[in-house]
Amino acid sequence: MTDTALPTTESSAPGVPLAAISVRSAGKIFTVAKGAEVQALTNIDLTVAPGEFVSLIGPSGCGKSTLLRLIADLDSATSGEILVFGKTARQARLDQEYGIAFQSAGLLPWRSVQANIELPLELHGVGKTERAARAEELIELVGLTDFRSRFPDQLSGGMQQRVAIARSLAERPKLLLMDEPFGALDEMTRERMQQELVRICSETGAAVVFVTHSIPEAVFLSDRVVVMSPRPGRIVDIVDVDLGPGTERSDSLREDGAFFAGVTAVREALHGAPVTPRGADLR
Amino acid sequence: MTITEARGGRRTGSAETGAGRRRGSAVLWGLLGVIVLALLWEGYKAIGPVAGVEFFGTSILPKTDDRSMPHLVDMLTRAVEPVNTSAGSPPVWIAVIGAALNSLGVAAVGWAIGSVVGFLIALLMQRLHVAERAVLPWLILSQTVPLIALAPVIVAWGGKIQIGTFSWDRWMSVAVIASYLAFFPVAVGALRGLQSPDTIHVELMRTYNAGWFRTLVKLRLPASVPFLLPALRLGAASAIVGTVVAEVSTGYKGGIGRMIIEFAQSGTSDPAKAYAPIAGAVVLGLVSAGIVALIGLTLKRFNRQEAAS
Repeated sequence: MTDTALPTTESSAPGVPLAAISVRSAGKIFTVAKGAEVQALTNIDLTVAPGEFVSLIGPSGCGKSTLLRLIADLDSATSGEILVFGKTARQARLDQEYGIAFQSAGLLPWRSVQANIELPLELHGVGKTERAARAEELIELVGLTDFRSRFPDQLSGGMQQRVAIARSLAERPKLLLMDEPFGALDEMTRERMQQELVRICSETGAAVVFVTHSIPEAVFLSDRVVVMSPRPGRIVDIVDVDLGPGTERSDSLREDGAFFAGVTAVREALHGAPVTPRGADLR
Repeated sequence: MTITEARGGRRTGSAETGAGRRRGSAVLWGLLGVIVLALLWEGYKAIGPVAGVEFFGTSILPKTDDRSMPHLVDMLTRAVEPVNTSAGSPPVWIAVIGAALNSLGVAAVGWAIGSVVGFLIALLMQRLHVAERAVLPWLILSQTVPLIALAPVIVAWGGKIQIGTFSWDRWMSVAVIASYLAFFPVAVGALRGLQSPDTIHVELMRTYNAGWFRTLVKLRLPASVPFLLPALRLGAASAIVGTVVAEVSTGYKGGIGRMIIEFAQSGTSDPAKAYAPIAGAVVLGLVSAGIVALIGLTLKRFNRQEAAS
């Protein structure tokens, strides 16, 4: 678990553990109708260390989801370089280096909870007994033991999202990409899920890139919060949050001074108040 | 079993009885429809003018004499009497069932061919967007060609086919024409079904590095089932219509379509006889749709609603 933030432009020297994600002056331009271009992301520099939890936060249209999609190789960057564990984003996808969860759970409605979790394993030729054993572990991890043979339409939104998280963990990825996975949940469920996620992540030791537009969520979960700004999408600040190891983060932390300090810091960065922008912004 | 599971089980149980009650009332409503139809027929026959109703020389309501509109009782009694006066002639209803089964067999072949072809076309269109744009207009155009015009062409082409001991039979022409009607709903329905997965599911498969074929098997095929089943049912009904029409226009003997024509030709002397094969054709359509629905029951798992999250 890396608590100290890495400088954003550090290059991985031999001996230093390979960065989970290394984004260098990446940009993304979408071509829309009639050849018009939209600069979705510009000059992004970001390094995520192994086991580190990093949130991307910012208003709609700031390109936080786009950045996640570039890392996942669901879109490709128009400029710059994106390395995932030292490989190109494409190679990392082909090698199944990451697990992913989206805003909607995206479970297959004709598969039971267990079969949904087994899907990635099934696709990659893992044997039946091994699959079942792994699914069992994960079902226990996300607390759905009584629901393993239920179908998605019999589950609440929070349960579905837990299944999706279990599925993203199925292949023991060292990197988790999450695009507002709790966005559609009510506040109570959301807080409980955050706590579970932070526990699961510190138990599995996976690095996480977490897209959100909730400030408390970002602060509660993260080691570092990357604050982004729209038109064009760019990183305006990176806020270090030090709330201790994930296993010890509980509800009481939400009442803690350090938590509030983090929230204030992120809010100021978002609204462009006292904090001087640093990082990629060259205005 | 935990409490929640038990509760879930009870809920499914009550849902099933609810569905059973719904099915029961559907049967009742169906029966009521038949009764209303029978009352309309006999009621109009009782009160309508014998010469029918004409409006500026155009007949807008039929004549009510026994030749134009035989009594329902006459139709039923005629159905249990022998087909003709020759010795050993079977009752009409037995003959109708035989002809209907004959047609059902031909229609089933047509439906199977049509469904396979339709599905393959849908696969091609899903795989290549160019194909979708190029082929779809032709599919729609194909359904505007009148069957009557098509029948002689297919019979003529089929007659030229002679491979070894295999020679083209007339029933094959009928089956081909039936398949020509059946493939269209299947192609359109299957295409919609194959394209139905959400972007999120398609992207998920991409993150798993699953190629086109694996995405097809694990995602697109199961997702297409709710669209495919009604399309297959529609295809079955179309295949029956195609068979009945094609029997008449190709001159294929032994099927229900041909029987309707034959019996109707004896209309002046024996007006009630023709209604038995007409009823047989209607029942045939229902039976074929029912058979496809039974096939659908085996795929029930894939007919689940998209989870509301």
